[in-house]
Amino acid sequence: MKLLTGNEAIARGAWEAGVVVCTAYPGTPSTEITENAAKYPEIYAEWSPNEKVALEVGIGASIAGGRALVAMKHVGVNVAADPLFTVAYTGVNAGLVLVSADDPGMHSSQNEQDNRHFGRAAKIPVIEPSDSQECKDFIKMAFEISEQFDTPVLFRITTRVAHSQSLVKLDERQNVELKDYVKNPAKYVMMPANARRRHFAVEERLEKLKDFAETTSLNRIEWKDTKIGVIVNGITYQYVKEVLPEASILKLGMTFPLPRKLITEFASKVDKLYVIEELDPFIEDTIRSWGIEVHGKDLLPQIGELLPEIIAEKFQTSPLSAAGKTIEEENLLADAPETPVRPPVLCPGCPHRGLFYVLSKLKVTVAGDIGCYTLGSLPPLNAMDTTICMGASIGNAIGMEKVRGKEFARKLVAVIGDSTFIHSGITGLIDTVYNKATTTTIILDNRTTGMTGHQDNPATGMTLKGESIKEVDLALLAKAVGVERVVEVDPFDIKRLEKVIKEELAAEEPSVIIVKRKCALIDTESDKTPCYVREETCIGCKICLRIGCPCLIKVEQKVKINPTQCIGCNLCAAVCPTGAIMKEGVAND
Amino acid sequence: MTKVTSILIVGVGGQGTILASRILSGVAQKVGLDVKVSEIHGMAQRGGSVVTQVRYGEKVASPIIPLGQADIILAFEKLEALRWLPYLKKDGSIIVNDQRIDPMPVVIGAASYPENAINYIKAKFPKAIVVNALDMALQAGNGKAVNVVLLGLLAKHLDLAKDIWLEVLKETVPAKHLETNIKAFEAGYNSIDKK
Repeated sequence: MKLLTGNEAIARGAWEAGVVVCTAYPGTPSTEITENAAKYPEIYAEWSPNEKVALEVGIGASIAGGRALVAMKHVGVNVAADPLFTVAYTGVNAGLVLVSADDPGMHSSQNEQDNRHFGRAAKIPVIEPSDSQECKDFIKMAFEISEQFDTPVLFRITTRVAHSQSLVKLDERQNVELKDYVKNPAKYVMMPANARRRHFAVEERLEKLKDFAETTSLNRIEWKDTKIGVIVNGITYQYVKEVLPEASILKLGMTFPLPRKLITEFASKVDKLYVIEELDPFIEDTIRSWGIEVHGKDLLPQIGELLPEIIAEKFQTSPLSAAGKTIEEENLLADAPETPVRPPVLCPGCPHRGLFYVLSKLKVTVAGDIGCYTLGSLPPLNAMDTTICMGASIGNAIGMEKVRGKEFARKLVAVIGDSTFIHSGITGLIDTVYNKATTTTIILDNRTTGMTGHQDNPATGMTLKGESIKEVDLALLAKAVGVERVVEVDPFDIKRLEKVIKEELAAEEPSVIIVKRKCALIDTESDKTPCYVREETCIGCKICLRIGCPCLIKVEQKVKINPTQCIGCNLCAAVCPTGAIMKEGVAND
Repeated sequence: MTKVTSILIVGVGGQGTILASRILSGVAQKVGLDVKVSEIHGMAQRGGSVVTQVRYGEKVASPIIPLGQADIILAFEKLEALRWLPYLKKDGSIIVNDQRIDPMPVVIGAASYPENAINYIKAKFPKAIVVNALDMALQAGNGKAVNVVLLGLLAKHLDLAKDIWLEVLKETVPAKHLETNIKAFEAGYNSIDKK
């Protein structure tokens, strides 16, 4: 037995299932699936430029006869939706499983969409595990189902399943031969005449999957007291086991299509039927449409996670309720001092900080994007106006300019990271040039995909398997799409950075500024000697606090630097008007 | 339902809470118990408030500790101890590192740091254990071993054999840091009497 996260268990299960290809674009909470799959020598694993490409590679692998696993976060499936809805028509050759890691509670996401809807919309099976052992076992079953029913399978996990660890029994890798590759345009060339025929196959397959759902071991009943019957999926199974240990449970490991007979039978044997599912009433609405009386979202929220205490509060029979009131329920902490929030911050030495300080100072409108640099929107930097989705910044800026005119564009930038730019920013930049926008695009090239934990990308010169490759030259790429003004700047040289931004804003034509400096967490070359404040020179103006560095501490009227955190990036020294900040070890003059 | 022990480890991103939970869960597993751990990655890591939940017993269902049900809170920072206090059982134990790390709203003057956090916690939980783990880690030879000092304290507090803790510590930390980490663990372990 080994303690594994859900993500590690999925990678292990894929390996045991004989998977030969694993592709992904990094995204919390899905990233570690592919990182772990890459450790197995039998699996070809890659970071694709975006989720659409990841799924397309997976489809190609499947058609060519090898089992493929494709992983992404929930919003990634939006990007991959185009190939997804059509591979649902073509079906597969070798098994193809798409993992969607949803994020109820939005621990690290811009929305909390419920991706089970994708399964229903694309008419493909949806499988949901509730712990790491099931992650491993179910992923293997998912490959069997994929091949048996000639369908891609949507494997839906949530943050708590992906990032919780539980004990897993390991098995050996199955020896799965590649399936023969046979040219079959009627099945794989989805032009209208072929697609029309395939749609019939999709509907027939769905009927067969409905029958399968009635008998599969993925769905099972645990009979106990029949006063309450609860239908659960994913992590809510574990919560209900703890909160309502006496209730009868119908645990659905396959949530689309639903087993109508099994559910009807379960419903008929319990006095009161509940569905306890996070986010949308996906199961509940279907059951109600069959004319069965069912409760769920009339009691429980469809926003955020359904944590155990939220469920317990609604059921007086819970041992949690019986255990007596908690300190909070008894109001024993009503007099507690207020606790200020602790939002995440840009790390000490983060190369993004200098840029956002300058943008904040210049009071420009900033169309932002997804990455660590989204934190530039928080106080004291406050330097971001929009963040919608991966790659949106450039298009958003174009739209703003088209509405408010060229004058507005003189105070408008789009800000996007290196990995995000490759993911889906390049098309926005092409639009800038093609449709005569004049905005400045700032690419924050920190030589990595930062927020998800430092994955390589096509601009870093390394693959997921650790091979060196020719990196995408971002400056050349910008020039190739027609941007003539392309400048590279070191963000630690903030005087030059400010000058360049002013010049490029003034220019009435598209421009790209590449702000290039390695992420502080992977930079092993720079001098990390911490800085300190010379107390006698510090005038207490607190201008340095405007950069939003967690190492700076206000002490009385002056400022000090926390030497255990500071890595000596010198940004505070650069903004200090009296030269009071120095590197340790540098003599006072 | 059989007895499940629920431990909440709270702190600030970068303080090493994840290593601490890895060692604790490794010890519980070695003793032959069922274990579940929940931690949140991603954006929260960037200097934000972090929490890891470790639960062990004969059979554990939920990886999440319900509000008001934690047996122990191990807090790496005192504001975080205060923040997560509602998760503690009325008769629960709390171990707090008396260290202050200002969150950004405090740094920029938009909020104030609760000055009396420790006194408040002690008033509500008279048996609260408050230590300066940073000083203890520095004495052991490395300021970054705060997490292992606190684990030493937790080890003394729990009914899990000390030699198993040391065994897991050896398996988990890199060999070159092992000596400092053992010193840090012992410093924590020997700083309190058994509960």
